[in-house]
Amino acid sequence: MSCLLTITDLSYAYPDGHSALKEISLHIGPGEKVGLVGSNGAGKSTLLLHLNGILQGSGEIEVDGNLVVPENLGSIRSAVGLVFQDPDDQLFSPTVFEDVAFGPLYMGLPEEEVRRRVAAALESVGMEGRSRRVPHRMSLGEKKLVSIATVLAMKPRMLALDEPTAALDARSRRRLTRVLQQLEETIVVATHDLSLVSEVLERTVVLDDGRIVADGPTRSILSDSQFLRDHGLV
Amino acid sequence: MPLQVPDNYQEGTSTIHGLDPRVKVAAVVMFVLSVNLIPEGDWFMFLLFWIGVWGLIRVAGVGVFEVLKRSVVALPFVLAAIVIPFTLPGRPLFALPLVGWEVTEPGLIRFLTILLRFGMAVQMAVLLTRVTRFPDIIWALRGLRLPPSLVTVIGLMYRYFFVIGDEALRMRRARSARSASLPGGRRPSALWQTKVVGLMVGSLFLRALGRSERIHAAMLSRGYDGSPRLLSSFRMGFVDWLVLGFFGMLVLTLLVWRLG
Ligand SMILES: Nc1ncnc2c1ncn2[C@@H]1O[C@H](COP(=O)(O)OP(=O)(O)O)[C@@H](O)[C@H]1O
Ligand SMILES: [Mg+2]
Repeated sequence: MSCLLTITDLSYAYPDGHSALKEISLHIGPGEKVGLVGSNGAGKSTLLLHLNGILQGSGEIEVDGNLVVPENLGSIRSAVGLVFQDPDDQLFSPTVFEDVAFGPLYMGLPEEEVRRRVAAALESVGMEGRSRRVPHRMSLGEKKLVSIATVLAMKPRMLALDEPTAALDARSRRRLTRVLQQLEETIVVATHDLSLVSEVLERTVVLDDGRIVADGPTRSILSDSQFLRDHGLV
Repeated sequence: MPLQVPDNYQEGTSTIHGLDPRVKVAAVVMFVLSVNLIPEGDWFMFLLFWIGVWGLIRVAGVGVFEVLKRSVVALPFVLAAIVIPFTLPGRPLFALPLVGWEVTEPGLIRFLTILLRFGMAVQMAVLLTRVTRFPDIIWALRGLRLPPSLVTVIGLMYRYFFVIGDEALRMRRARSARSASLPGGRRPSALWQTKVVGLMVGSLFLRALGRSERIHAAMLSRGYDGSPRLLSSFRMGFVDWLVLGFFGMLVLTLLVWRLG
C-alpha cells in the first residue's frame, strides 16, 4: 500500500527539555481514518504539530511523497489540514467567511474559486448561510464545525483534528460525529473520546508518554479493557 | 456571552448601509477635514453642516437621539478644552459668579467652535459604526492602503477583545469565589490585594501571549506568509463614486476658499 503519511523515528523535546515524543514511527495510507488516543500529556497535540512542520523534531516525516522540511512547507501545509483544539485559536478572522477563505486565498487560488470553496466547505459541515457571522457570537459547537470547514476549503490530502469533541454538549457532539463520518478525506483525530473513536475511526494508535504503545484495528484495541486501564484511557 | 460590549452595528437597508465601506470611511475622514476647515465662529456654516449630519442620520434610518446618546462617551475629551474661554486673551465678556474667572470673547468663540467640530466628527463616526459592520470597516482600512500590519492588529484586536475579556472575567470570578471572609476576620491588607491584582494582570498577559503563539501557528498552518491578501467583497458603484466625489469636492472647496 502506498503511504500518504510516513513518520520514521520522530523524537521531539520542548525547549524546556521535556521530551514529548520518543521514536515515533507511523504509516498512514490514503483514505484511512485513524484515532490518535492517549491521556492528557501523552503527546497527541505535539505529534499533530509535526505533521505540517510547525514543530520540527529529529527523524523524518513524509507527506504524499514530500519530506517535511522548510523548503516544502508551502505544499505540505496545503496537503495537511490541521485544526487546533481551541476554535478561538483556529478562527482568527473577523468573520466566518474571511476565515474559511484564508487558506484558499494563501494557496493563490483565483477569487471565484475561493468563493466556491468557502460555500462548499461550509455546506459540508452544515454551516451554510453563516458566512457573515462573527466568531465571538457563535456557540462552541458551531465554532468547532466552522474550524473544520476552514481546512476543508483547502482540499487537503489529509485532515488532522485535535480534540474535535472536547467540551461539546451531546447534541453538538452528535452533529460533529456525523460530519466526520461523512468526510471522505484521510483523517487523523487526536482525542481521548473513545466513543468518537469507535463510531468514526477504524484504526487506533495509542500514545502514552510520547511513545506509541499500540496500533491496530479500533475494535480489537478498545475491547482490551486491561490495556486501556494501563494507559489511562478509561 | 458574559461580556456585554454591544456592537454598534444596526441592520438596515438604506442607501448608506449599501455603500462600499471604503467610501464610508473615506467620506467620514473627508468630512472631519472639512469641519476643521470651517472658519472659527462661522455659525451659519456650522449650522449648515449640522443639518447635513442630521440629514444623513435620518437617511440612514438611525435615530438622532440614538447617535447623540452614543456620542456622549466622547464628552470627557472636550473637557481638555474647558480652560480656553478663560485663558485666551481678548475682550472680557463676563465673569463667572463665585470664582470670578473672566470669560473672553475670542476664548468663548474658539471653545464653541471646538465643541461643534468635535461634536459633528463624533456623530459621523458613531453613524459610520452604526451603518457598517466592524469587519467591513477593517476590510475598508485594508482597501484604503493603511499599513497591512496595522490593519491586521486592528482585526485581531476586534476578534480577541471578547475572548480575552472573557478570560479576565473568569479569573475575577474565580478570585471572588475564593475570597471568603469569616465574621470578625481581618480583611487582607491593601498591599496584599494590590499584589493579587498585579499577579492576575501578569497571568492574563501570559495567557494572551500563549494564545498569540497558537494563533500564529494556526495562521501558518493555513499558508500565512505575512503578506496581506484580500478578497474584493465590494465593488464601487455609481452611487459610491457620487458620494466620494461629493465629499471630495466639499474638502476641496473649503480648502480653496480658506487659502484664497
Ligand atoms: N509549549 C510547551 N513547552 C513545554 N512542554 C510542553 C509544551 N506543550 C506541551 N508540553 C508537554 O509535552 C507533553 C505532551 O503535551 P501534548 O502534546 O499537549 O499532550 P496531549 O495533546 O496528548 O494532551 C506534556 O507533558 C506537556 O506538558
Ligand atoms: Mg492536546
